[in-house]
Amino acid sequence: MVMELVCPAGTPAALRAAVEAGAHAVYCGFADETNARNFPGLNFSREEMAEGIAHAHVRGVKVLVAINTFPRAGDEAIWHRAVADASHAGADALILADPGLLAHAADRHPGQRLHLSVQAAAANPDAINLYAEAFGVRRVVLPRVLTVEEIAAINREIDVETEVFVFGGLCVMAEGRCSLSSYATGQSPNMNGVCSPASHVAYSGEAGETVARLGGFTIHRTPKGQPAPYPTLCKGCFTSGEQTGHIFEDPVSLDATRVIPALARAGVSALKIEGRQRSRAYVAEVVRNFRAAVEAVAAGRPLPEAALLGLTEGQAATTGAYAKTWR
Amino acid sequence: MTAMPRLPRALALAARPLPLTPLSLALTALTRRLTARHPGILRRLGPHARARVLMDVTDAPVLLLLHPEEGRMTAHRRSRPPAHDARITGLLAAFLAMLHGAADGDALFFSGDLAIEGDTGAVLALRNALDDAELDLSAELAAIGGCPAAPLVRFAGLAERLTGYRLRRVAEEGRAW
Repeated sequence: MVMELVCPAGTPAALRAAVEAGAHAVYCGFADETNARNFPGLNFSREEMAEGIAHAHVRGVKVLVAINTFPRAGDEAIWHRAVADASHAGADALILADPGLLAHAADRHPGQRLHLSVQAAAANPDAINLYAEAFGVRRVVLPRVLTVEEIAAINREIDVETEVFVFGGLCVMAEGRCSLSSYATGQSPNMNGVCSPASHVAYSGEAGETVARLGGFTIHRTPKGQPAPYPTLCKGCFTSGEQTGHIFEDPVSLDATRVIPALARAGVSALKIEGRQRSRAYVAEVVRNFRAAVEAVAAGRPLPEAALLGLTEGQAATTGAYAKTWR
Repeated sequence: MTAMPRLPRALALAARPLPLTPLSLALTALTRRLTARHPGILRRLGPHARARVLMDVTDAPVLLLLHPEEGRMTAHRRSRPPAHDARITGLLAAFLAMLHGAADGDALFFSGDLAIEGDTGAVLALRNALDDAELDLSAELAAIGGCPAAPLVRFAGLAERLTGYRLRRVAEEGRAW
């Protein structure tokens, strides 16, 4: 059986590119703080969402709508409206993280399929089973901190589908709980939909170096002309005492192509590509490569050679926690 | 850095003395046409449309200043850069590839082919707005000139093969699966 390929779309053009390139499902969000990629110039109006879903459905592709930030007390109506609008537009599933919003969706939209966002940070069978039993969640997106063996062990103890990230930006934190971005900028992916918001990012050329700052904090210094990462705190290069280095994670991207067969054996149902903030060129190239990979795995053929390194942050890739022990 | 074509230095030097006003008028006409035909660009830019973005095309003889809200793009001498809120620096080939959907802006940035300074939010908004618009400069220029698009687009295809510049929107390949 072919694993479902869940592909990003930050714009209608990227959605069409993903569909053309072979996505089984596309995930996207509304242009507001209800989704965790609330970046300038990105995302869908209500009309664009309805058109995008219709475009995908005609071609046999599902659309999953991410409403995966945590509602502010007193402003729940914004998130409730997003749930209702996505459901009415024909979304094949809603990707939610907040228990209150899950309860609302399960109660008011009982026929709507619900997925648990990675923002819920459900990383063990007890947590996943709770979401399944309490809200009828049908699929959980696992955090990017588990090994393949841990994923297999989880799948043996749950009855819902699992989806894992295989490519793109690598979040190594307890997603939905990380406050690093809030500390530096006052905004976070959890509440505002932005980790390291562009409005707080500044690049400047200083003495032959490109200096990247976030909220006034220097995150990286790279020689001019060298690959320059986006300044996220968890991938920053810091000096402590006499040591200078990447405290949490190097500025690399996830590429789990070579562990797809192991993920299939571990019982994973769907593979997710990160990158709603990326262009339609990125979406088309990555989706085309991964569709070829999942088809090869399903047919028992060797994995095709992929050449996606040029699209990755730091021009370097890792298999992340899937095949890694933590420092 | 990615291997990309560069404007011949002799061409850039020869163009340097040319008057800037006619070029600015032509660029502004093109900008107004694009924002009129693709209203999603200004909608996606939102408040970032007010930002003045300086495009430093390093192999070109002049700097280009884009002011989306006013529908203006003007050319400026390198020796007299205008006031701006953000600056994007790179080869002409990188700008054209990104505009036509052949290259990813983040990847060009990660590889050092593009550099940005100043208002990062405005640069991201502009990149996202233009990417969604799926622009084709050859077709737009043909329309401005009042000539049928097909021959010019075919000529642009030939010019692409000869020069290595991406001059047309990347064509949809049809569903692969």
